[in-house]
Amino acid sequence: MASNPDSPVAEIRNYTMNFGPQHPAAHGVLRLVLEMDGEVIQKADPHIGLLHRATEKLAESKPFNQSIGYMDRLDYVSMMCNEHAYVLAIERLVGVAPPQRAQYIRVMFDEITRILNHLMWLGAHALDIGAMTVFLLCFKEREELMDVYEAVSGTRMHATYYRPGGVYRDLPDSMPRYQPSKWRSRKDVDRLNETRSGSMLDFIEAFAERFPTSIADYETLLTDNRIWKQRTVNIGVVSPERAMQLGFSGPMLRGSGIVWDLRKKEPYEVYDRLDFDIPVGTNGDCYDRYLVRIEELRQSTRIIRQCVQWLRANPGPVMVDDRKVRAPRREEMKGDMESLIHHFKFFTEGYEVPEGETYAAVEAPKGEFGIYLVSDGANKPYRLKCRAPGFAHLAALEEMIRGHMLADVVAVIGTQDIVFGEVDR
Amino acid sequence: MAEPTSQPAEPADDAKTPVSALARTIETHIQGLKRLPSPPHELAYEVEAASLLTVCRALRDEPDLRFEMLMDVAGVDFLHYGLDEWQTSGATRSGFSRGREAFAPPDPDMPGRLAVVYQLLSISHNARLRLRVRCPDSREPTVDSLTGVWAGADWFEREAFDLFGILFRGHPDLRRILTDYGFIGHPFRKDFPLIGNVETRYDPEKKRVVYQPVSIVPRVLAPKVIRHDNRYEPALKTPELPR
Repeated sequence: MASNPDSPVAEIRNYTMNFGPQHPAAHGVLRLVLEMDGEVIQKADPHIGLLHRATEKLAESKPFNQSIGYMDRLDYVSMMCNEHAYVLAIERLVGVAPPQRAQYIRVMFDEITRILNHLMWLGAHALDIGAMTVFLLCFKEREELMDVYEAVSGTRMHATYYRPGGVYRDLPDSMPRYQPSKWRSRKDVDRLNETRSGSMLDFIEAFAERFPTSIADYETLLTDNRIWKQRTVNIGVVSPERAMQLGFSGPMLRGSGIVWDLRKKEPYEVYDRLDFDIPVGTNGDCYDRYLVRIEELRQSTRIIRQCVQWLRANPGPVMVDDRKVRAPRREEMKGDMESLIHHFKFFTEGYEVPEGETYAAVEAPKGEFGIYLVSDGANKPYRLKCRAPGFAHLAALEEMIRGHMLADVVAVIGTQDIVFGEVDR
Repeated sequence: MAEPTSQPAEPADDAKTPVSALARTIETHIQGLKRLPSPPHELAYEVEAASLLTVCRALRDEPDLRFEMLMDVAGVDFLHYGLDEWQTSGATRSGFSRGREAFAPPDPDMPGRLAVVYQLLSISHNARLRLRVRCPDSREPTVDSLTGVWAGADWFEREAFDLFGILFRGHPDLRRILTDYGFIGHPFRKDFPLIGNVETRYDPEKKRVVYQPVSIVPRVLAPKVIRHDNRYEPALKTPELPR
């Protein structure tokens, strides 16, 4: 700002400002080139691709099953939902359907993933706008669900749990427990292990029973909070027509008042047998999208409870008995020459997927995550395209923040729930 | 270019499904589309590059169709389509091939090499549609930009330009989007090596990061194998597919 002694008001120059790529509120590696008039955004040019790993090209060089793990690393806060879309695409081309128990397990983990994602979003969004406590509360609950991931797949985040034709293995009978140590007394450990004494389903059920109280806590902190509302109401408003034009999906679309959820409209797996509601906003601003996601947390808990009930009552196989997509068991391999050969070929060459192309989409926590898969009959995908919801949302960032203040940029990035793993791929 | 043949274009029970109803509606409103084989419950058409804009406007505005949303734009490079690296049928005197055999590189200017695939979604009618456009010229692959029809096409087209070098006529701001500043080439083309052409390293003399040609040698860990599986003969194929 240059001051001219002859002028009664200070002269304001336009500035070009660089935001990121190492800014804590940039949610990763977003670089924004902002043209500002004072503190008002005139133009924004997001520079993305700093996390580009060419996942799609890497997948073209590997047999189908070896790329499942890459899918986790796309949107790295909703891991299993990404796997789900990829696995669905392969299943459609190969023509196998997972057994029902596997479908329920997938749905349950999709919803656990949705809670994981929304907790991360809520914590980060609130932290960006200035509420520290929510972040800590969210991470406390996330930890429990990470333990579920670990118990079922062996890793806390990048599970590689879904497979074409089912899931890798059935739910374990026990949960890992805390051990007493120098830092944790026997009494603390007993309290922590209280819900971990039974099976994994008991643990998840206990979580689903308890979790609505936690959601109420987050709402107490935020929903009627004056500062929260000042920062989110009427910020980043998107009309329903514009939301469709821009290719929005998920809570971004529903926040603008469009009733659209793939779980209801194009039900995959067993979503058509479950009872849940789709929350919809009215104004299309950051506050409505916040309310939509909070309600989705409740609905996901509801779905999880129904899945737990069904899974408890219906034991059964979790992998289709089709030797094309399922490797022989270890014990068969030890006594049977053909199984040994099959096992070797399955993990080196993989399986050939018949020629054709398909587009499989799931309602990931951030919106429609789709996989467009082209196969030329080989053991590797010919072309894999990941349709990441965040990519379409970030493309609309400029439109959403033009005319807003610099501080609102952070609110809009937060409400878009951007994760660069999927935007850059 | 070989078209996928293993999937029946018209499954047996197709007449009653919503997909066939949609196909009939589309074909009454828009002429000159070629139906592509696709799994049941999916509908795909090939569009001529010249008529892309009129077809897309009709798909968006026709009250029976109303494809309000463009969900995805994907470039596809058909250069190595159907070429495998392992001879699996017909043993020679020395048996089946035992290692990876690189195929002769096809002509990079072959016609119909590059294509753009659009995924459309109609919220009003709960319908999906896939459109494919082959770029008429492989040296200078150009198709019309759809940014005027669906605003969301902007970044998706920039991505296809960046990764495949497909030019979108009428795009307001066709810049690279995912690759590095100053990147050379279009990395998702099939003739672009997986390991890339350049690598970076810190140069202690110049005191900055410099680019140099890649020092690692590309190698194939799992060769590409195409086997002709009897189970996917169209005559044996059951129309039931998971949804």
